[in-house]
Amino acid sequence: MATRTALRPLPSTASLVREDDVGQVSPWRLIWRRFRQNRLSMFGSLMLLALYLAVAFAEFVAPNAFDELDSEYPWAPPTPVRVTRLGLAFSPLISRLDSANFEFVFELDTEHPLPLRFFVRGYPYKLLGLFPADIHLVGVAAPTGAEKTPKFFLWGADRQGRDVFARVLHGGRVSLTVGVVSVAIATVLGSILGTASGYYGGWIDNLMQRAIELIQTFPTIPLWAALTAILPPDLPVTQRYIFITIILSFISWTGLARQVRGKVLSYRAADYTAAAQAAGASDLRIILTHLAPNSLSHIIVVAALAIPGTILGETALSFLGLGMLPPAVSWGVLIREAQQVQVILRYPWLLLPGVAVVLSVLCFSFLGDGLRDAADPYG
Amino acid sequence: MFSFVGRRLASMLITLVLISLVGFALIELTPGSYLDLELQRLQSFGGVLNAEQIKTLETRYGVNDPIYSKYWKWISGVAHGDFGDSFEYHRPVGELIWGRLAYSFLLSGSTLLFAWLVAIPIGVYSATHRYTLPDYVVTIFQFAGIAIPDFLLALVLLVFAVRHLNADIGGLFSAAYVTAPWSWDKFVDLLSHLWIPVVVISASSTAWLTRVMRANLLDVLNMPYVQTARAKGLREFVVIWKHAVRNALHPLVMALGGVLPALISGEVIVAIVLNLPTVGPLYVNALLQKDMYLAITVLVVLAAALVIGNLLADLLLAVVDPRVRLE
Amino acid sequence: MEETSADYIVSIQDLRVRFRTLLGISQAVDGVSLQIPRGKVLGVVGESGCGKSVTGLSILQIVPHRGEIESGRILFKESAEAASAELLAYDRYGPEMRAIRGNLISMIFQEPMTSLNPCYTIGDQVMEAVRLHSQDKTETKARALDILRKVEMPNPERILGTYPHQLSGGMRQRAMIAMALSCRPVLLIADEPTTALDVTTEAQILELMRQLQAEIGMSILFITHNMGVVAQMCDEVAVMYLGKVVEQASVDEIFYNPRHPYTISLLRSIPRVGGGQRGQLESIKGTVPDPYTRISGCPFHPRCPVCIEGVCDTVMPEVSQVSAADSHFVRCHLYA
Repeated sequence: MATRTALRPLPSTASLVREDDVGQVSPWRLIWRRFRQNRLSMFGSLMLLALYLAVAFAEFVAPNAFDELDSEYPWAPPTPVRVTRLGLAFSPLISRLDSANFEFVFELDTEHPLPLRFFVRGYPYKLLGLFPADIHLVGVAAPTGAEKTPKFFLWGADRQGRDVFARVLHGGRVSLTVGVVSVAIATVLGSILGTASGYYGGWIDNLMQRAIELIQTFPTIPLWAALTAILPPDLPVTQRYIFITIILSFISWTGLARQVRGKVLSYRAADYTAAAQAAGASDLRIILTHLAPNSLSHIIVVAALAIPGTILGETALSFLGLGMLPPAVSWGVLIREAQQVQVILRYPWLLLPGVAVVLSVLCFSFLGDGLRDAADPYG
Repeated sequence: MFSFVGRRLASMLITLVLISLVGFALIELTPGSYLDLELQRLQSFGGVLNAEQIKTLETRYGVNDPIYSKYWKWISGVAHGDFGDSFEYHRPVGELIWGRLAYSFLLSGSTLLFAWLVAIPIGVYSATHRYTLPDYVVTIFQFAGIAIPDFLLALVLLVFAVRHLNADIGGLFSAAYVTAPWSWDKFVDLLSHLWIPVVVISASSTAWLTRVMRANLLDVLNMPYVQTARAKGLREFVVIWKHAVRNALHPLVMALGGVLPALISGEVIVAIVLNLPTVGPLYVNALLQKDMYLAITVLVVLAAALVIGNLLADLLLAVVDPRVRLE
Repeated sequence: MEETSADYIVSIQDLRVRFRTLLGISQAVDGVSLQIPRGKVLGVVGESGCGKSVTGLSILQIVPHRGEIESGRILFKESAEAASAELLAYDRYGPEMRAIRGNLISMIFQEPMTSLNPCYTIGDQVMEAVRLHSQDKTETKARALDILRKVEMPNPERILGTYPHQLSGGMRQRAMIAMALSCRPVLLIADEPTTALDVTTEAQILELMRQLQAEIGMSILFITHNMGVVAQMCDEVAVMYLGKVVEQASVDEIFYNPRHPYTISLLRSIPRVGGGQRGQLESIKGTVPDPYTRISGCPFHPRCPVCIEGVCDTVMPEVSQVSAADSHFVRCHLYA
């Protein structure tokens, strides 16, 4: 053998270890960091926050009540807002009945602009359904001596003179919650069933797989449509809402269950699961401490990505007349009122609820994408 | 290979039977049979029926039969190609459906083809030119495609066409050709009307397929065999298309089965907006009218189409991926 | 490491390659200079992340997308009489590089399962390589069979029609070697070719490589982290740490007369069969640091058992020659 080079004696280990040698960032912090860097998803999330707030405080934000009929303003066009020496103002609409065609014609009274004020008193309502109030974000400051305050329609009015803007905000309460709630139900259901299926295998797994396959053989919207057709048409609004939420979650859970099962299968084959079993851990403990936290980020991502589909589903069903029905308001119901080409050509502002749908679906897509990139950048 | 196909056919048959059971259960659960609606309608015209006439109607419509005999009647009819009668139209369901079904398949098929032909090149370009301007533009279109509901897009396009193009584009044929016999001109007319539903229905699928293609290709481009291909001295174009895309196609073909339901779903709604002579409007109307035999048959036929479509997708997968073929 | 006297086939001079990622800039190759002697096997050893693979990839300019070759020169002398070509001056997608890849300089990779395209047969892939670089296309199949026989594939005719997933790891690696050698390159870059194989297969592949090298007369750049393989295969060895070459010498010198503390620790940490009562298994303390941080002074100093405070942690050591006779170079303050 060779001669060894003489080495100086080893100094003590302690002085060689520095703080920055070892760095640990918890996986959740890492996910948050990556998510924050994604500007698109941050934008989407903030936009969604604003939407949900506006919708929750719908009465506060809207200058008119959503269900207030006004026979003097059918099909009123959106009122343009200008900046005058009075500040923000609008020219009130004067309606005139054209006796030749029997329809209302609207003219802008540009001579007498009425100022818009913030935080005005208007029609009374209950904030969040609990607190009586009558302050609105924006409204008309009533000119003294007028018998009737002219109305301000930010997005125009529908056939019965109802404010489209207010209706869109109110419709958002249904449209924005149905998606989230049904996906939440589907997630819980899908996670439990998928975990059971993946972990225990055997006949449970087989049965589950057959059932999922069977459900997924049906085209989604036709199946939802058939299920909603089962509901009696005279169901009260709240009950109908609940049933539709359940129906919507009925197909989504299958996709989620499949994803969860896949993850559970791979984790179950991992060595740490075998180690835990060898150490005598119970099945429940293994599931809760090992499998669940690992799959959690994946489940959240899949759930977030499923929300746009359910929002679109409810909108489509209501558009067909099979989902929410009037007098309930959702974005789909509102678009249904604008089904005909002739109607849209004359009153294009009736399609504005569609903008709300597109916007919220986009934002949820950004959010879901951002979450997925943050949670699993290599996936 | 043959045992593979044989096994799939057998399971397909079982699935079809199960589907029909599910569909039948759905209709049975519907409150208010068609008979009730019919009676309401008769009464609104001022007609009054005595008990005996009602009984006759009940027997004729088979309303009070036990469930299994209703189902058996229907299923044995199906085996003979007799799908029962539609209550509302008082014609055999088969007659009503076949013509429309043909158009539905034509539409779905064209949409699928279109979606693929567009999505693959765009997805590949997007993946190989990341972070460039065209990539961002494509991403925006993708998001838009997924976010805009197809019926909304159909409405907007329709309005746009009427207003600016002065075109009569509802339906699949211009008024002149609807009842005319088939000819080359009629075929051209069909194509000129077909593009709008195809574009509208494929919008979300194309967008989704493009994203999947882009994501798959990005994954594949990281694989060692792409590096091996480059190390051989192949041109970059060949490396991407011959080696990378071929592998990235595999999940896309698997996703083929997943795109089909979306296509059929979309077709149902868009057909109503655009007034197309396909199965969709028939189905929705049947549901609203609780017309039992019509609705369930349509649903079962749609599901069956999906099952067959999935089988074809699996066969295509076996062709594309040797690993599946040799199992 | 530094200048050349012997005939080299590839000379890497002060190569710098860095990777830009979301988490920061990682200097994967930080001023590497290497000579690959003609007709011999040069081994490059080091832990994961030390930049040895990237160095190999840079020769063929197939560094992955996120990496950029910042500076340096790579000279390629096809034969002793030929002029040297500046490889980095060529466009990475251009015809010159493509004419070199797979033809004059070939590369084989670590994971034979994922390094072969699962959708094409072995025959397709080998013949593709042959067809690409030959003028005469008629003999493609015959040449493919010939090279498969050379790598000792059992039943080459049948292998032509099989897919990668149908073969064992050893056979896949043979297929890779066949593909790489089909055009008789003058330099083979082998990036951890046996790491994914079991010990018996590894021995066979290494033996095969040695044989082919002697037969074809090519040079090999053998990248590995396994000192045992180095002892078996290499004529000269370069030891890398964190993107720098810290020691380079003939294989005998490295094993019997190692100088750099890192090399010594590496050799010490190999468990030896029948080595007598040793006591504890030695290992290098600490771990390879985060590639995104820059370490002042000598990159090894935080883990070095003989670090000189005040010198090693502030000043980067220069390369010095240890013994004039054999070209044994070290980058360490102990020998400055």
